[in-house]
Amino acid sequence: METPILEMRDIVKIYPNGVMANKGVNFKVMPGEIHALLGENGAGKTTLMNILFGLQAPTSGEIFYKGKKVKIASPHDAIRLGIGMVHQHFMLVPSLTVAENIVLGMEPKRGVFFSKEDAYRITKEIGEKYGLEVPPKERVQDLPVGIRQRIEILKTLLRGAELLVLDEPTAVLTPQETEELFDALKKLVSQGKTIIFITHKLREVKEIGDRITVLRNGKNAGEALVKDVTEEDMSRMMVGRDVELIIHKTPSKPGEVILHVENIEYTPPGHNKLLKGISFSVREGEILGIAGVEGNGQRELIEILTGLREGDSGSVKVRGKELFGATPREIRLASVAHIPEDRMARGVAALASIEENLVVDRYFLPPFSKGKFSIDVKKIHENGEKLVKEFGIKAKSSVVPVEMLSGGNIQKVVVAREFTSNAKLIIANQPTRGIDVGATEFIRNRLVDERDRGAAVLLVSADLMEVMQLSDRLIVMYEGEIVGYFDSLDGLTEQELGKYMLGIKKDAPEKIKEAVVS
Amino acid sequence: MKKTSSFEFIRILVAIGISLILGFLLTLLLSKDPIHAYKYFLYGPLSKTRRIIEFINNSVPLIFTGLAVSIVFKAEQFNIGAEGQLFIGAVAGTAVAILFPHIQILHIILVFIAAMIAGMLWAAVPGILKSKLNASELVSSLMMNYVAFYLGLYFVNYYLRDKNAGFLVSYKFPKTAWLPYLYRRYHFHYGIIVALVFVVLVWYLLYRTKIGYEIRMIGYNLKFSEAGGINVPNTIFSAQVISGAVAGIAGAIEVTGLYHRFLWQNLPGYGFDGIIVALLARNNPIGVPFAALFLGYLRTGARIMERQSDMSAEMVTVLQAFVILLVTAQAFLSTWKQRMIEKASRKEEEENE
Amino acid sequence: MNEILKGILTPAFVYSIIRVTTPILFAALGALITDLAGVINIALEGIMLTAAFFGVLVSAFTQNMWLGLLAGVLSGVGIALILGYFSLNLKTDLILAGIAINLLASGGTIFLLYIFAGDKGTSSSLKSLVLPNINIPILKDIPILGPMFSGHHILTYIAIISVVIVHYFLYHTPLGLRLRAVGENPDAADSVGISVIKIKYIALMLSGIFAGLGGVHLSMGYVSWFARDMTSGRGFIALAAETLGGRTAIGTTLGSLVFGAADALSYSLQAFRMPSEFAQSFPFIITILALGFYAQQQISRAKKRKAASRR
Repeated sequence: METPILEMRDIVKIYPNGVMANKGVNFKVMPGEIHALLGENGAGKTTLMNILFGLQAPTSGEIFYKGKKVKIASPHDAIRLGIGMVHQHFMLVPSLTVAENIVLGMEPKRGVFFSKEDAYRITKEIGEKYGLEVPPKERVQDLPVGIRQRIEILKTLLRGAELLVLDEPTAVLTPQETEELFDALKKLVSQGKTIIFITHKLREVKEIGDRITVLRNGKNAGEALVKDVTEEDMSRMMVGRDVELIIHKTPSKPGEVILHVENIEYTPPGHNKLLKGISFSVREGEILGIAGVEGNGQRELIEILTGLREGDSGSVKVRGKELFGATPREIRLASVAHIPEDRMARGVAALASIEENLVVDRYFLPPFSKGKFSIDVKKIHENGEKLVKEFGIKAKSSVVPVEMLSGGNIQKVVVAREFTSNAKLIIANQPTRGIDVGATEFIRNRLVDERDRGAAVLLVSADLMEVMQLSDRLIVMYEGEIVGYFDSLDGLTEQELGKYMLGIKKDAPEKIKEAVVS
Repeated sequence: MKKTSSFEFIRILVAIGISLILGFLLTLLLSKDPIHAYKYFLYGPLSKTRRIIEFINNSVPLIFTGLAVSIVFKAEQFNIGAEGQLFIGAVAGTAVAILFPHIQILHIILVFIAAMIAGMLWAAVPGILKSKLNASELVSSLMMNYVAFYLGLYFVNYYLRDKNAGFLVSYKFPKTAWLPYLYRRYHFHYGIIVALVFVVLVWYLLYRTKIGYEIRMIGYNLKFSEAGGINVPNTIFSAQVISGAVAGIAGAIEVTGLYHRFLWQNLPGYGFDGIIVALLARNNPIGVPFAALFLGYLRTGARIMERQSDMSAEMVTVLQAFVILLVTAQAFLSTWKQRMIEKASRKEEEENE
Repeated sequence: MNEILKGILTPAFVYSIIRVTTPILFAALGALITDLAGVINIALEGIMLTAAFFGVLVSAFTQNMWLGLLAGVLSGVGIALILGYFSLNLKTDLILAGIAINLLASGGTIFLLYIFAGDKGTSSSLKSLVLPNINIPILKDIPILGPMFSGHHILTYIAIISVVIVHYFLYHTPLGLRLRAVGENPDAADSVGISVIKIKYIALMLSGIFAGLGGVHLSMGYVSWFARDMTSGRGFIALAAETLGGRTAIGTTLGSLVFGAADALSYSLQAFRMPSEFAQSFPFIITILALGFYAQQQISRAKKRKAASRR
């Protein structure tokens, strides 16, 4: 049997904060193949690749490259061995030209001066050699994402990369750009390169992958030849279900419309249009789910709804009040609660106490305010103690800083706040990501309770199980558009939903319009 | 958490210790009688009642600027303008002291209000530049120091100057604009009491008011505060202006308590000292008086050393610089800290299993 | 008013702008290099002050002006390295480290001044030297232009040459390219094997050289002595000049000239019985206004860009 070009054995990685991202992962890549590394967010793919590229040191484990045991302490070591990495966030200097970026660190010289002519020539030559043409004299900041990615690939090739790692390369590309990338990758393989491709888009794996390795929760969850498995098989390996959670849910009794979203458009500065006319509505007493692979515009949509991002155009009405472009405070005062996607960034102030975290949306209102200027710390403390008990937050008291808690308990602090604001609309973005089963079950049941209390709930989740279990109605987002709408989830299978999420299937526009109810 | 904060405390002590040793080495190297000189530096402020009072009086402006800087540091902002805010506060206080009617009690209150407003106005400029235009508060607050200095001097020298004094000073204040004495001798004035009242006020502001909550939250996590609905630019502006008010009052205390006239021809440097005080107090108002007294002690010790030996008082500025550098050096003693954290998390993991 | 204008618009006024711009320009070049490498160098003020002091001290004791120049520049580099050690190796907050360095320079120079000159105010008891002024052949005989551009201090000419050198260094050498890459995206530089710390150290050393030259100009040309805190904010003004100059060598020069002009104007106005304190606040007020204006421009430009990308 042929020697693998790369073999990583029993890789363990524990981060300084105690998170175990890789729990004994084995990974083998054969020369000349396109190997897809699959897994959900947080499965440990990026950590594994960062270890390979010398950006992270493994806690334990061994790496063999071309049969020889190697130690990779820095990107420099990796480059010298012939490993190149194209990161999800490009490692480019925007104000420099394409050629300058490509030759950076190995600049051609004429005398003491940097030779731009030589840099242009080198760029042109390497581009032609691999069929990845780029404009050498343009500044990177003026170029579209697809070209930037080519520059990254050329950078690694110029440094003699034989094994290329691409971290979710298609996440930022348009379909045409994706096709061009795939053509280029096939060409590279035909010239003897090996490619590792990190992704969770299964259709793409089917299109260009030779072999897959699947990670789940920091461990190996399967290996296969692409031709032997279907997309459904792969998705089962990725998701896997260890525990069946018990959610008590009765049919919804929707009332009047609470949230009405119309024609939201958004273009991030310097990028293509990301949200292309999103419209839907949510009624009291129902949960509207938004399913979709992450990165299809959900985050930006939620940030626009909650006042954290400025959209281009559209309308957001809560109980008839226009809130497009309003501040987060105005939106919250209009009876909207928000469980943010990234709890450490937006959900909590880690260094502040639990009780102070619990009042960030209401410290200025009675009973927590005292007079015009003061706050009532006794009331804040009582509230903290009460909610710690009610939500089962594991902490000695509510004066403990949030950073002392585990992920699940931190998320409970967030939901304890958002579920007790008596909001008419709850926007929950990935409410149970990366937390333990007990906390997950608790939070999902509370979300249903909130619905039964009469709240309108907008739930965004990349967890198929979660959206399917909780939603009363469901929309699917793909590439900034709503591609599917289900007014009932009866009989809907994960497989069927997966097709929408992967962009294989799309509902007719008339059907999608039904997501707006009145 | 407890471990990290006790670690911080130890690190501050080590930093102070290293700086004091450095001071001793400097003295050893440069003084003809180093033991004598250094003894005055270390023990001088406690050797006589007069010196104890001098040391307490010297600490008063440091308490104020320490509080002022702590407020903005709590919000994770910068204020390098406390220097100018204090200076302009002193100028405004001087103007009111000399030009306003001499009515008992009311007069001195007006002096303080004027100083406070002047400090706030001075702080508002970098505050607006930062919160509305997102221009760095760093350079603008530095520039405002010089504007305060030159315009303040212009105002004092051209409108309030006592031409009979023989040197560049303002007219002497009427007694109605004097801060009362606690103890008539050695000018032991009420400044320390006012300063301690402000410690309580600032503590109350930060921990018991809405704006204080907002200031602390944006300092802890700006994005969280934004998502929670706090108006971040307004809070940044408020923190700067409140800080300016506190610094401005310090200027009034100095002129009404110690000198009874305006006599600065240089920036006095209290604003930068305030940064050290805030760092040593870890931005906690309760810690500020202790840090300020410590620094005041060192400065007074340095002055006594200068009077009694061949060493100059500026040695202490050099030591202060090293205290800042060492206290804020994250990597200083960090291997030790990392080991403590690792040990704790490994233990926790074992317990979880 | 007319009289004032006539008094100002003279070759001597242009000469004086160039003269007072020199130290600011040097420091601003130092600010530019560090800023492009991603280091906000608040310590320029302290670097200048230290260099001004050591220039005087060494020239007085060796009676060799060139050794004075060398000592000044080297002391500037030394201060920059201290900043580098604390901020890059010990991870001290860059701004706080800069403030500490400025304190160190201010206190340290007075401390040493007292030891060597027995005075805490100025170095007048030391017989220090000044570097020469240079008359440029031919140019010096041209009317109007001659009095404006000839007969300047040697460091003024070096400053002008430095602008060209810095420009070529930043935009036409491999090191300049790496330096800009490190400042703009250190991860990108790191990913191709460039040592970010090393580049930042180099940038700091260069800023030490330039700000050091600026400091030496103050005490060995602008005046012939050292005085406590004699830089009086020029290091900070240099930061502002660099910001306004849009982070290019040429722009930085123009920015420095604006402040030099404001400074020169304040001197000229003093001659017309405008109170000196009042006039001296001009450069600082202009800096603040300019910073605000610049920030406003940046915001409206960003808005325009966003509007354009929507289409």
